[in-house]
Amino acid sequence: MTEYWQEELETINRKDLEKLQLTRLWQTIERAAKSPFYQKVFAERNISVDTVRTLEDLQKLPFTTKDDLRKSYPYGMAAIPLKECVRLHSSSGTTGNPTVVLHSAKDLSEWANQVARCMYMVGIRDTDIFQNTSGYGMFTGGLGFQYGAERLGCLTIPAAAGNSKRQIKFIVDFGTTCLHIIPSYAVRLAEVMYAEGIDPRKDTKLHTFCIGAEPHSEEQRQRIEQMIGVKAYNCFGMSEMNGPGVAFECKEQNGLHIWEDYTIVEIIHPETLEPVPEGEVGELVLTTLNREAMPLIRYRTRDLTCILPGECRCGRTHKRIARFKGRSDDMIILKGVNIFPIQVEEVLMQFKELGSDYLITMETIDNNDEMLIEVELGDFSTDDYSRLQNLTKTITRHLKDELLITPRLKLVSKGSLPVQEGKAVRVRELRIKN
Amino acid sequence: MVSQISIFLENKYGKLNELLSLLSKENIRIVAATVADTTEFGILRMIVNDAQKAHQLLKDHHVNVNLTEVLAIAAQPSVDSFADTLAHFTNAGLCIEYMYCFSSKEKSVLILRTNNRESALDVIRKQNLNYITENDLMNL
Repeated sequence: MTEYWQEELETINRKDLEKLQLTRLWQTIERAAKSPFYQKVFAERNISVDTVRTLEDLQKLPFTTKDDLRKSYPYGMAAIPLKECVRLHSSSGTTGNPTVVLHSAKDLSEWANQVARCMYMVGIRDTDIFQNTSGYGMFTGGLGFQYGAERLGCLTIPAAAGNSKRQIKFIVDFGTTCLHIIPSYAVRLAEVMYAEGIDPRKDTKLHTFCIGAEPHSEEQRQRIEQMIGVKAYNCFGMSEMNGPGVAFECKEQNGLHIWEDYTIVEIIHPETLEPVPEGEVGELVLTTLNREAMPLIRYRTRDLTCILPGECRCGRTHKRIARFKGRSDDMIILKGVNIFPIQVEEVLMQFKELGSDYLITMETIDNNDEMLIEVELGDFSTDDYSRLQNLTKTITRHLKDELLITPRLKLVSKGSLPVQEGKAVRVRELRIKN
Repeated sequence: MVSQISIFLENKYGKLNELLSLLSKENIRIVAATVADTTEFGILRMIVNDAQKAHQLLKDHHVNVNLTEVLAIAAQPSVDSFADTLAHFTNAGLCIEYMYCFSSKEKSVLILRTNNRESALDVIRKQNLNYITENDLMNL
């Protein structure tokens, strides 16, 4: 029997769900009209609540982009007076003007509920001890999971990011059972545990990992599950949509349920901007349905995924999206071919000789753009030179089959790539732009 | 047969020195060593006085290392003794995958790996070649 956090809402029939969505969409449009940004957009295009009679009419409304959020920095998207806002999160702004997300007290409460619903779905209960290894501060994975876990009733440890030895000490001393962790760091943490003589499968009480914040392959998930002896569930969120809790895998581990009482989901072709059929990959577009301080309409997330057709065995009626292909921003274009770092990872993880750290460097050599992939060996060495050469050749051939271009592959020794305790940097761009 | 330590080496400044000082600190003596390399990576092969200890030590320091059994044959330090020794293997139809040698006191020792371990041991027995064991290495 599946247990639910909010059974009625999670298993609601599609007809009732759509009715609920339409009512909340009207509220969202009315609220949005009070923000300086949407006030202008609606006036220019003559949009009001009456524009939308059915859910399909949502397509008559324009998209909102990250660039719109940047231009509206800091308060141009606020739909309620600042006096009624209680929290502000801002992005780092490494690739342009920062963006701001505002929250009312009710927004924060709804967000905590969303995260708690996700955590409950993967079997986390109020008897669990939950350690959050996210960065706190502006990074939404910190406070987002903190409030969600507390709402659920977990004993929650805000361990924050980095310092592996301290993380491990907490896990052992406090009897931590669940972790929220970035997948690349999960592997690193497991390696440190083994190096310290701790077998996480025997010496800890860990049973569930929430992994997210960076795209990762199914192979990477299985590696984490085997190394640590836990179940690992993929979580998805983004700061513009509050943070974690937007979509989460259930125990079936087959796609992420996206909470449709909180958002309307669309998948569009990133160039034609037309909706793509179910099952086809495109850019995820989200409309908030429950947010007061900063409603977003048809927000282009830049994340590429698809809707998985069919019903889920867990009984939840909310649509499932596939594991992320990456962000359209992360896409590398080499010799006219589109490549995502996750494709490289999927190939590398098939080789047991290899470890899990790799680095892609895009470079220009003799006026030619090339891709160099450095990958660390796992627990592997040989006295046989030809074995290394054959391994290099075999991996390169598999990469070529997947990527359609031939990268230069370099095996490097264990631990020689820069150690990363935050979001792993997988791509270095050193190409000379003409 | 003796155990050879094989280490995956990147061509990186100071890497070899780092490994060797690690071994010397633990009093592991290198009896013989050879590096096969290209521009991308190399393999450092070594015979040491205590291969098991060296292997564990390197593993503990997260070095990509493995142990391989190789033949170690003592030859007389004369002009044709290396050629004569190798001829036995060639005559038995074996290929030499790699070879290096070292001298200690009166002995010259050939370290080699052939493409067939069993046949190589056969040659040693039939030709009554003087081979070195792990114990000999400890006392060298």
